[in-house]
Amino acid sequence: MEKMNDYLFKIEKVELLSVIMEKKNALWRLVQICCAMVNDQYEITYSFANGYEFENFRLIVDKDEEVPSISRVYNAAIFYENEMHELFGLNVSEIKTNLKDRLYRIDAQTPFKKEANE
Amino acid sequence: MGKRSVVPFGPQHPVLPEPIHLDLVLEDEKVLAAVPSIGYVHRGLESLVTKKDFQEMAYVAERICGICSFGHGMGYCMTIEDIMNVEVPRRADYLRTIWMEMSRLHSHLLWLGLLADGFGFESLFMQSWRIREGILDMFEESTGGRVIFSVNQIGGVKKDMSKEMLANFQKRFDEMEKEVRKLTRVFLDDYTVKSRLEGIGILTGEDAIRRGAAGPMARAAGIAVDMRKTGYAAYDDIDFEVITSDKYDSYGRCEVRIGEIFQSFDIIRQCIRKIPDTEINVAVKGNPPEGESIVRIEQPRGEAFYMSRTNGTKFLDRMRVRTPTFANLPALTQTLQGCQYADVPLLILTIDPCISCTER
Repeated sequence: MEKMNDYLFKIEKVELLSVIMEKKNALWRLVQICCAMVNDQYEITYSFANGYEFENFRLIVDKDEEVPSISRVYNAAIFYENEMHELFGLNVSEIKTNLKDRLYRIDAQTPFKKEANE
Repeated sequence: MGKRSVVPFGPQHPVLPEPIHLDLVLEDEKVLAAVPSIGYVHRGLESLVTKKDFQEMAYVAERICGICSFGHGMGYCMTIEDIMNVEVPRRADYLRTIWMEMSRLHSHLLWLGLLADGFGFESLFMQSWRIREGILDMFEESTGGRVIFSVNQIGGVKKDMSKEMLANFQKRFDEMEKEVRKLTRVFLDDYTVKSRLEGIGILTGEDAIRRGAAGPMARAAGIAVDMRKTGYAAYDDIDFEVITSDKYDSYGRCEVRIGEIFQSFDIIRQCIRKIPDTEINVAVKGNPPEGESIVRIEQPRGEAFYMSRTNGTKFLDRMRVRTPTFANLPALTQTLQGCQYADVPLLILTIDPCISCTER
């Protein structure tokens, strides 16, 4: 884990579930999950809060890489993970309730996905 | 075991001003599970960062929602001000706080009306909305708009309020407060209203955390968290306590929002008394440097999350908005489990859903 600023930490994929479990056990609330495409990679930011304490964990993965779902730990992640898959094309494995790209019912496929030259 | 069936609820329903769909798994009249689905009016406003520059995005952010439009504009502007190291003049902070609290007043009054309509108390609905009109009139007088105000800009606000206007507003808020007090007695003390709200849609503090609930939904579960306490805008100068309830039910959610109405009157009163005489904006030159900022504010429906990521050009790499209703949907499914089918419309209303925000 690498500290980027007071409230942002960069994590590796192997650390993800342990970080999530740690937050869950300490009764932190999942605030949101955000996906962004930067330099042909996905940047996923998991935000947690406990009272007024606030921390973000950033995971960077390649375009075709799979990210494990956290929805079995945090039920609230279902919507965020389905959103990331539908809008960005991020491959999230084993979402508790997979809405199969019907969260937003849009015709365009992965409209937020950017190619490297865009 | 009773008869099991799946009943579709929405997307069009008398209690839903906006479309959301729920598949309700019932055993006789009891709800065993609810699976929500959204996406009927998704707009993809976040993707406009590739077409609108960072200044124009302030107008886009306002259009996320017609009820909390001011807060969305403010939240977005705060992220860019943070990236550009812009210090907003203090008077602008106060004006933002006043408009923010006016937004909370009109949003909560709107919700009270919808709730009354939901349980069939039509005159209570009409009285709530009649009072709310007074807030919209004051918005129109101070900003020129009743829904979209366009007063936020990066570096402050575009319009000021004169001393006379603030004094006039203060008188009208005082009158309004008396009217709201009469009205809210019905919501809190009338036995028919209480019978529709008490003990229905239980959400405990632990469930609220587990499901990521935000705002009045979480505070009615006893979670004392209100983003205004983090001290953005002028809230660091204002005395107020976080309003919570220990009832965990629909009545508790009503109680919290009513408490917040009176708190908003008080915050506005403090702002009018303390507002300093400074500029209302500072000039912002050039494009934002490469950077990133996260801001959380307390919208009427709860905590809203804004993230902007800039790359040195006039266009952003990413704008992210997580609205309170999006956060409260998992908590809604929790409150629906075990309720009676007839209570479903009311329980949906108690999260104060804003589908427009959710479908940003």
